[in-house]
Amino acid sequence: MATKSEIWRVLTDPLVRQNPVTLQILGICSALAVTTTLATAVTMSISLTVVLTLAAGLISTIRRHIPETVRLIVQIVIVASLVIVIDQLLKAYFAEVSRALSVYVGLITTNCLVLGRTEAYARHHAPVPAMIDAFGNGLGYSLVLVLIGALRELFGKGELFGYEMLPLADAGGWFEPLSLMLLAPSAFFLLGFLVWAVRSWRPEQVEAPDYTPPGRAEAAE
Amino acid sequence: MADRDRNPWHRFLALPNESRVKTIGVAFLVSAVSAAFVSGATVLLRPIQSANRAAEEQARIEALVENIPGIGSLLSQAGGTLSTLVVDLTSGRAADGVTPATLDAALSDPANWSALEPEADLAGLGQRPDFAQIFLLRDGSGRVSLVLLPLSGQGYGGRLDAILALRGDMNTIAGIAITGHSETPGLGARIEEASWQASFPGTELRDTAGEMRFRVARGPASGVHEVDGITGATRTGLGVTRMVRFWLGPDGYGRLLDAIDRGEF
Repeated sequence: MATKSEIWRVLTDPLVRQNPVTLQILGICSALAVTTTLATAVTMSISLTVVLTLAAGLISTIRRHIPETVRLIVQIVIVASLVIVIDQLLKAYFAEVSRALSVYVGLITTNCLVLGRTEAYARHHAPVPAMIDAFGNGLGYSLVLVLIGALRELFGKGELFGYEMLPLADAGGWFEPLSLMLLAPSAFFLLGFLVWAVRSWRPEQVEAPDYTPPGRAEAAE
Repeated sequence: MADRDRNPWHRFLALPNESRVKTIGVAFLVSAVSAAFVSGATVLLRPIQSANRAAEEQARIEALVENIPGIGSLLSQAGGTLSTLVVDLTSGRAADGVTPATLDAALSDPANWSALEPEADLAGLGQRPDFAQIFLLRDGSGRVSLVLLPLSGQGYGGRLDAILALRGDMNTIAGIAITGHSETPGLGARIEEASWQASFPGTELRDTAGEMRFRVARGPASGVHEVDGITGATRTGLGVTRMVRFWLGPDGYGRLLDAIDRGEF
């Protein structure tokens, strides 16, 4: 059985050092789409973390009996069922948030992060470490989502969780909301800046360039 | 050990993963368990979900009615409630044998839908239900003073659902409530905001010749037949224009409005 420090490492590694979004650039489709407000970002984060953790636990439990030839289908069926159930629960008990998330909860199924973790980790490890790893990755994803969601809601609407933070110019304040923040491109910019910041802080994350341009020839006289 | 094990389940699990029986068996079991799980959740949660939807629509109708100036006194005269009515859109009369309680069942029958010709289908619906549930409010003398009509159409991001309130002359808009949309947040989604909906009351649908003039302007409204457009949401505005024009035209509530005008309700 893994030691305590190893479990801690599995849990905390995906937060920054191995963050699935900023390092592996996985799951950014939903990260862009649901971060217009903090509330949707938080709901999406919780949903994804729950799905990821449960899927990892289930797949890891039956990992010795999943035939190699149909393993992806089996994994997707399990993930998709969990996603549908979560979506139905949200529709029943959090109707307001579920409307804001629209199709993106359903799209957790196709989130590369989920399949990436079940395929790369849960399939080879016992249920408990697999769930810890999945939970850690869910937290890493949530961290990025919440950060981008907070920035977009703050500068796009001057609010956080729907509460006014910056008084809007329309209502007699001074803050002119940046409509761009509510559109998808702003999430690309923010994510780009975030990746840049993380990799400046931890240069070991910088990937080796795929291609080195040939050295410039001396200018001919 | 495996040879002595009489339990078929253990024998199945002991099969090599690559055997055909085990591949098919595992695939089947996983699908069956997942299917049961999903169906169970859907069936158990459906009553809560439909209650949510109904409550939300009711809340929007109430908010719409409350925001119409001068409605409070009429509403108290009418006993505080609107009367609900299912109408037959083809004849423009109250529907025979369809009540608000049986409307959902009637509309699940494809025979109660009419296909629309492409040139008549302004709202991009493809087909139109033959029955619709509307809400009426009468003044002291029994004349219809307000009618609430549910509308649906095609916006930029998807389906639009709205409820339009018309005054007793069947030409002046008293208000609008958007009950469902999937427009771009911050742009088209601003049709949900009260500040935009505030430009509807008082807008007239038709000119004196009876020609439909209503539209969502591109930019600020000019004239009594227009409402303000939303910058950056031209397609959403167009969707609203087409939705209102279709539903208040001859293929929508046109016959009903004529009947109300003639005093048949």
